[in-house]
Amino acid sequence: MKLPDLTELAVRNLRESLLRNSLTTVGISVGVASLVAMLSLGIGLQQLASRRLMKSGLFDTVVVTSRRDLRNFGHEEERGGPAPGESRILDESTRQEIEHLPNVLEAYPDIRFITELRYEDKPHLTMISALPESAKSNDAFEQMQGHFFSSDMAAEVVIQKAFAEELLGKTPKSGLDETDVASLAPPLLGKELVMRYAQREASPASSSGAAKGAAKDTSVASGDENLASVAYSVVSREHKLKIVGVADLDPESMRGPTRARVFLPLKLAESLHVMQPTDLREISRAATDQPAYSSISVRVKNPSQIRSIEDAIKKMGFNTFSILDATRSLQQFFAVLDLFLGIFGSLALAVASIGIVNTLVMAILERRREIGIMKAIGASDGDVKKLFFAEAGAMGILGGVVGVALGWAIGQAINLGTNIYLKRQALPPEHFWAVPWWLVGAAIVFAFVVSLLSGLYPAGRAARLDPVQALRYE
Amino acid sequence: MGTSGTIQNGSAAIRAEQLCRHYRMGDAVIRAVDGLNLQVRAGEFVALLGSSGSGKSSVLNLIAGLDRPTSGSVVVHDRDLAKLSREELAGYRLRTVGMVFQSFNLIASMTLAENVELPMRFAEVERGKRDSLAREALARVGLQERMNHRPSELSGGEQQRAALARALINRPQLLLADEPTGNLDSRTGTEIMNMVREFNQQLGMTVVMVTHERALAERYAQRLIFLADGKLVGDEANSVAASAVRVEPSEAVRP
Repeated sequence: MKLPDLTELAVRNLRESLLRNSLTTVGISVGVASLVAMLSLGIGLQQLASRRLMKSGLFDTVVVTSRRDLRNFGHEEERGGPAPGESRILDESTRQEIEHLPNVLEAYPDIRFITELRYEDKPHLTMISALPESAKSNDAFEQMQGHFFSSDMAAEVVIQKAFAEELLGKTPKSGLDETDVASLAPPLLGKELVMRYAQREASPASSSGAAKGAAKDTSVASGDENLASVAYSVVSREHKLKIVGVADLDPESMRGPTRARVFLPLKLAESLHVMQPTDLREISRAATDQPAYSSISVRVKNPSQIRSIEDAIKKMGFNTFSILDATRSLQQFFAVLDLFLGIFGSLALAVASIGIVNTLVMAILERRREIGIMKAIGASDGDVKKLFFAEAGAMGILGGVVGVALGWAIGQAINLGTNIYLKRQALPPEHFWAVPWWLVGAAIVFAFVVSLLSGLYPAGRAARLDPVQALRYE
Repeated sequence: MGTSGTIQNGSAAIRAEQLCRHYRMGDAVIRAVDGLNLQVRAGEFVALLGSSGSGKSSVLNLIAGLDRPTSGSVVVHDRDLAKLSREELAGYRLRTVGMVFQSFNLIASMTLAENVELPMRFAEVERGKRDSLAREALARVGLQERMNHRPSELSGGEQQRAALARALINRPQLLLADEPTGNLDSRTGTEIMNMVREFNQQLGMTVVMVTHERALAERYAQRLIFLADGKLVGDEANSVAASAVRVEPSEAVRP
């Protein structure tokens, strides 16, 4: 029998016992719906997590540190390459070298330090971090009050909301009704902050006896005794800075691991030569005029290229760290989660497939005579088998389509319900439910295949039916 | 089956030799057909007579290819049915044999037109041709007005006429009828039997009819074969019908 004829007969037969076949199809739908719901929850949660991390700007960034700095991230992984003592210094020339690697957007030094800022003669201690001009396009600054730095050397700062609250003497309230940035910004914008910091100044070698001695006492990492006597002095400085922006950013979501609350333009921060904690251990570089960095952030065009760039930088003799290293275990977690959700979802489909077997076996008993007639007028075993397969397949496809729609609707409903809840809790709405197209297709195909497998036994049984017996059956 | 063109009347259409069909029922063996020898010429109208349990329906099922012999052979148009595969046997039922039953055996969920065209679906005839042939066949049995009705909406006689149209749709050489008038009153029974005789005479079809009504057999069949306990107990030419019926070589015409 040809396929269109088969389909037509199958659909006709399904319509004959409408209630039973509908119930069976509903069973498949529920199975498919639970599968789709479970998997789309898993996928949605995964996407939500990725989206969150993506927004933070961490995904396209590799942090490069020198091997000389033993206080590395992920030091367990760094095997091979030069020993820490012989490895290269992270300075301006290596920064440029890294910046010229293919697919690297930019490489800039991470400068951050804790220092005192005076506002209206009151001291405030905070972490300050330098931002490159490219940070302007970061999502985090989208809802900023005021504006970004006018230039890379401007004596300007952008402050974080919590710090703004501190400056205004407001105690930060937690939870429900957070203060709006817009109300914090006006009294602060254009105001002046005075930053006091310790500047490191390379001293001529002759006049540095005391400083050298002090530095050597605390030197642990370098261990390089061959160096000519070097020294630097630490000078206290003050710098006036204008507040140009108040940003509503979450300090934890910002680039880099440190929770800075005040941001300076990068070039300005570099020119300050602020004393860095690592300077104590790295006298060799502390004493040169050539700027050396404790770490460099490398921005990559596309998160997918992170790996290759990390490898390239490792070959140059540096340690690297990217958030992808950390999310790899997250991906594994989601793979396992998806698997489990999928298994639970499939369980319902398995139950539904038993329903198909049951329905079709019932149909054989009921249509025994009809099968006998068809055989008597010339239907082959194959024709009868195909007919039952077509019925199983039709129920499968129909159940699959309805099930996907149902699963999608359940997802939407749960999403809506959760967002209403989130809104009541004064939390931003989230879209944690995703039904990608491949899942739609895969679910329908899966339902179809499961149905055909369920039809295997009934179809075989119907095909083997003895026509003489079947015709005698009333 | 390209042999539906010319049928040579007189040559053997059906030849059964030492045909046996035994059923096992618990410890007992039921010999439904027991060493039957029989020849039916092409174009002949034969009645199989016997009381119930005589094995006449079993013989018909063996000729129809619905059942397989326990031993012996049935050769229909030079094909030994016992040696055909299940698939080939289905093809034989589809193209060489047309069957009508006592209980009509139309499929209740289908309209008459769909019932009649069903064998053509199995034969993979294309839809357009199927429609016109089914219409033609129903017109031939006088049911063109009823083609979109379901069997339950029709009288017994109408249902049997539709069943006849279905049996003839693939232009078989053999028409096998199992008590075709058993569920009909005598007037509609006569109507059906006249149609069967018409097919026999005009289309040159070989007809084997199972019945227990001797009068009916004598009125239509050219030859009466009597069975008892699965054995042949009588085989006689029917003088009554033979005189009324002209048997002559005729071209097989499409129904």
